[in-house]
Amino acid sequence: MIIDLPATTTTAVAKKLIKLRQEGGAVTLGRVLTLVIVTDTSSTTEAIDAANVASREHPCRIIVLATGSTEKGIDAEIRIGGDAGASEVIILTAPAEALVHADTLVMPLLLPDAPIVAWWPREAPANPGADVIGAMAHRRITDSYRSADPRASIRRLAEAYRPGDTDLAWTRTTIWRGLLASTLDQPPFEPVLRATVAGQDDHSSLDLLAAWLGEELDCEVDVVRTPGAQAVTSVTLTRASGDITLARPSGKVAILSQPQQPDHRIALPVRQLHECIAEELRRLDEDEMYGEVLTQGLRRVAS
Amino acid sequence: MSPTEVTAEHNPLRDSRDLRLPHIAGPCSLVIFGVTGDLARKKLMPAVYDLSNRGLLPPGFALTGFARRDWDDQDFTQVVHDAVKQYARTPFREEAWQQLAEGIRFVQGSFDDEAAFEELARTVHELDEQRGTRGNHAFYLSVPPSAFPTVCRQLARSGLSKPQHATDETQPWRRVVIEKPFGHDLASARELNDVVSEVFDQPSVFRIDHYLGKETVLNLLALRFANQMYEPIWNNHYVDHVQITMAEDIGIGGRAGYYDGIGAARDVIQNHLLQLLALTAMEEPASFAADDLVAEKIKVLSACRLPEDLAAHTARGQYAAGSQAGEQVKGYLDEDGTAPDSTTETYAAIRVDIDNRRWAGVPFYLRAGKRLGRRVTEIAVVFKSAPHLPFDSSETSDLGNNAIVIRVQPDEGVTIRFGAKVPGTAMEVRDVTMDFGYGHAFTQSSPEAYERLILSVLLGEPPLFPRHEEVELSWRILDPITAHWAAEGQPEPYRAGTWGPGSADEMLARDGRVWRRP
Repeated sequence: MIIDLPATTTTAVAKKLIKLRQEGGAVTLGRVLTLVIVTDTSSTTEAIDAANVASREHPCRIIVLATGSTEKGIDAEIRIGGDAGASEVIILTAPAEALVHADTLVMPLLLPDAPIVAWWPREAPANPGADVIGAMAHRRITDSYRSADPRASIRRLAEAYRPGDTDLAWTRTTIWRGLLASTLDQPPFEPVLRATVAGQDDHSSLDLLAAWLGEELDCEVDVVRTPGAQAVTSVTLTRASGDITLARPSGKVAILSQPQQPDHRIALPVRQLHECIAEELRRLDEDEMYGEVLTQGLRRVAS
Repeated sequence: MSPTEVTAEHNPLRDSRDLRLPHIAGPCSLVIFGVTGDLARKKLMPAVYDLSNRGLLPPGFALTGFARRDWDDQDFTQVVHDAVKQYARTPFREEAWQQLAEGIRFVQGSFDDEAAFEELARTVHELDEQRGTRGNHAFYLSVPPSAFPTVCRQLARSGLSKPQHATDETQPWRRVVIEKPFGHDLASARELNDVVSEVFDQPSVFRIDHYLGKETVLNLLALRFANQMYEPIWNNHYVDHVQITMAEDIGIGGRAGYYDGIGAARDVIQNHLLQLLALTAMEEPASFAADDLVAEKIKVLSACRLPEDLAAHTARGQYAAGSQAGEQVKGYLDEDGTAPDSTTETYAAIRVDIDNRRWAGVPFYLRAGKRLGRRVTEIAVVFKSAPHLPFDSSETSDLGNNAIVIRVQPDEGVTIRFGAKVPGTAMEVRDVTMDFGYGHAFTQSSPEAYERLILSVLLGEPPLFPRHEEVELSWRILDPITAHWAAEGQPEPYRAGTWGPGSADEMLARDGRVWRRP
């Protein structure tokens, strides 16, 4: 069901939600968090779709704050039931000047006592923690890769890091990190002398993956950037007994090669946005590892 | 710059603060005996695929099937493929399937066929070479317990039960997974354990009680020990009694061969319900490590006492023909394969008291049955009435006891029942419920019990598996009851689709209580 509420206030929207709940039964029950998506009108659809899929795993109330010109005041749209996955979506479209007080705008719509997660699907504020929405959120999700200049963005985020920040470029490395970590669980137990990360030239996941390897292994890391490559294409860990290589040239299937072991083929498709958001929402406390990699590890990687 | 040391104990890429990192099982393979069975097709194979699809199995994982069928690797791969397509929880992805399919093998033979086990040993050895499974293999015995001794002996004879080539750096493992029933009484459980432990040492034996892999059962531990508000009232000062129910709406189906002579108490109460009782009643464990958890479960199971008058405090029944939810169903004695004069119970209810400070005087009622009103498993903790009610008795006539109900399946969740004022001018109090649905607040795609359990086996994490001591203790509790019943003749018939025989209601009425309708 989609309900349009043109030229309204969020107090009226909150009242409408309570009314819908009384009439329709189980709306807003058992929601575990409020997800505030800050965007402009051009990229709302894509963000809502991803959040709806993720909401199957984490039922939430989704508030979309879209900057756009409206005829007067704030336009609202409520989506519940089949149009909203397992969530309920409230889209607020307001002119930029009305969003100066974005915190008090969304206040009546926040779920009581539940954590707030802020997500900027494309451009994030230079200092997310100081942003009005960011400041009241428990978690701030940025996406440096989808910003205009990913590598500059991730370094700007490093300057402004506060506990509670995460970036989807980091989320995109999780499966790679899991596979790489498990290779070192097996003998021979030798130190890694050098690590090489290769992939798409402007992909900020490369920087974070290299920063993580450098920081944890305390070794030289090289980043090989190729224009037109698809995300991360390979990681090589060089040890005395030979190289461990995890390569994904096609963007679908990866090959893991280790000395004296048969090669393994691994289904490793490039991660979808909704998978990344679902992973982000799984833990709502700060990601200390990300903080360390971003603020310290990234210095090892040439910008 | 000197790079970080890497040792078997310390992997620098694993950091305890790195909570995202998936825990992928190390190189290994799984060998399933009895792959043609329902369990293997509907639960095990789909669970293996789901794990693989979620990236939790090692890259070179291998799955070997062993059965009498005249199949080759391709035939078996097709069987797995069909089972996965039909029953897997996660979406079917061709690349993920290909990755799994490359490691699928089949060995044909019967359990007494020595050559077949030689062939299996060769296959497993080849997997070490071709797939890099590095000598780590788990054997899943999805076969009747009568076949355990033969299979175990064959595994030992063919050298499969003990890894070779252990070095200082690597200690490959062999593990065995067995399913309930773990015997049919104390003596047979010990016999079975002797057979298995002759071949595998205790830490390598994983007994599967799939209930312990269920989300809600683990949530019971979270509910009790992660919260402040329940534990203070979780004792005989506040709790009146506890009801643990496992009701099935189906009959025995085609399982007469297994079920007839076993019955509801041995099939369900001995393992699932007594495990649920242990988790509900145990003290807080020092940690959730297997040893600490098992220590508490054993303590509470050892404190269990049966009533002296078993006739008055137990009940049993056998379903008779009837109409269940609009469908005509046969009585137990008319099912295919049951003896016409069978005294096997399809409904069993027992009272257990726990002799410790926390629970003295609080009876635990356990009931299990087939062809009951609907399919439900739940733990209901029923509280005492408030000591004084400052209302007129007419105002609270609709008020029952407060209760916390943990629904294990289906619709996993927790319900709290309490009194609330009925709107209006009169002060009238009535029972209302507050409901937490697991599926509402969290992932709808929470892993299947078998996924969790298979992964735990491959990772070598034993907390979710009952130990032999627990199995022995549960038989100690149940044996006197089944012996008493054996002398009693025919169980009381009950109409299919009801909540069991009248004697079960009388059993609770004697204690001044009633069964909850779940």
